[in-house]
Amino acid sequence: MKYRSVFDIIGPVMIGPSSSHTAGAARIGRVARKLFGEVPESVTVTLYGSFAETYKGHGTDVALTAGILNFDTSDERLPQSLEIARKQGVSIRFYPDRETRTEHPNTARLHLKKGENELDIVGVSIGGGKIEIIEVDGFAISLSGSNPALLVLHRDKYGAVAEAAGLIAKYEINISYMQVSRHKKGSLAMMVIQTDEEISEGLAAEIACLPNMLNVAVLS
Amino acid sequence: MFRSVEELVKLADESHLSISEVMIQSEMETTGKSREEIFLRMAGNLDIMEKAVERGIHENVRSHSGLTGGDARLLQDYLASGKSLSGDVLLDAVSKAMATNEVNAAMGTICATPTAGSAGVVPGTLFGLRQRLNPNREQMVRYLFTAGAFGFVIANNASISGAAGGCQAEVGSATGMAAAAAVELAGGTPDQSAHAMAIALGNMLGLICDPVAGLVEVPCVKRNAIGASSAIVAADMALAGIKSKIPCDEVIDAMYRVGRMMPGALKETAQGGLADTPTGRALKKKIFGSAAPSSALNNP
Repeated sequence: MKYRSVFDIIGPVMIGPSSSHTAGAARIGRVARKLFGEVPESVTVTLYGSFAETYKGHGTDVALTAGILNFDTSDERLPQSLEIARKQGVSIRFYPDRETRTEHPNTARLHLKKGENELDIVGVSIGGGKIEIIEVDGFAISLSGSNPALLVLHRDKYGAVAEAAGLIAKYEINISYMQVSRHKKGSLAMMVIQTDEEISEGLAAEIACLPNMLNVAVLS
Repeated sequence: MFRSVEELVKLADESHLSISEVMIQSEMETTGKSREEIFLRMAGNLDIMEKAVERGIHENVRSHSGLTGGDARLLQDYLASGKSLSGDVLLDAVSKAMATNEVNAAMGTICATPTAGSAGVVPGTLFGLRQRLNPNREQMVRYLFTAGAFGFVIANNASISGAAGGCQAEVGSATGMAAAAAVELAGGTPDQSAHAMAIALGNMLGLICDPVAGLVEVPCVKRNAIGASSAIVAADMALAGIKSKIPCDEVIDAMYRVGRMMPGALKETAQGGLADTPTGRALKKKIFGSAAPSSALNNP
């Protein structure tokens, strides 16, 4: 089941004009920002499928930028995001790729950069504002169904997984699926934790404060 | 939890509950949230919808492109003249559906139902029926849960994305949802709701997504308008006892398969249909110039 809540259907409350190309795009941008952990200096966005063909008419560029600025889908500053980004010194470039065929028509790849800090993320807007994240820094992510999920970038050290899991247990949240991947031993690693219950921003913030955690994003 | 319309109707019938109540209980079970919290959140969505409708019929709303805006008000004036052919309830719903989509096109605040491009049908139908049925606030919120229950089945078994399934997946779904919810609001049975949805969605099969210049304006605003009118007619048919020969779940499945067969040019890529008419192409050129939106946009 891709959609699990009635509010996936009657919702989100959002700035128009498109739930998939505006609200979904804003959500993809915001997950990227959360995982990146700070305001990026530059962002390169590659757009595929229907995103590539109609991004300008739907305000997809404006919405992705709003998400990168950490705005919600209903934030009234959303229509001015390009201007706000410019003032904050964030350079964002959009490249429509009409050649590559992607599994879903509304796919975007974002590359965020500030100094040494870089993040590559691929998001898909599946309809009605709902999104999926399918890749982070080369880690393929397979989230089954639509349960809430935590994406955690962390250092590959012993105890890191147990500490995060311990906090989740403290909040009486049940983990339904978990995936841990890393590039090489001792380097950067990625935890994908899917839960039965909703994940509060409070829990995400507490996990982010743990010693080996880098950045945390919540997918609801 | 229910996975099909058949299961939804069966759940409602066996426990003598309305569709909206089955949806509320299912939401409580899935999310662990209280009835009050869930109900309040939906009431908040209703407030947003009402504000968008009011804005659209009272303010001079215009989109940035200039393609849409002001038609909801035109219809309200026409209604006031007392000369309408299709009747006050129907045209009021149509006008309020357009109001919502005009606000959406102007980058105003709306509630997606199930999507932003199809956000007018469900509230338009509700606020259009308000004078006729005189519902209290709780009944209006329940209407949204009923619409949500049917939309939930469509989203999980087919699609609510124009890019994946064409306009039939967006305005088609919204029309089916509104028809089913209107039946419950009018005092019909869960089974009649299912037939209303089957009749409404069945009539929308094959509807393509062909936004002029890639904007959610033409023909989206008018598709929502006529979606609201279809929803009310389908609800009336079901309330009269007319049944869909094809069961609702099979109509949903047919919509999904039609969407799969639809070529990409007709699925929100602005390359076919009304977008690819001489006037549609000329409008695109006028709004974006000849190069954009295909060129990369640089910021700053």
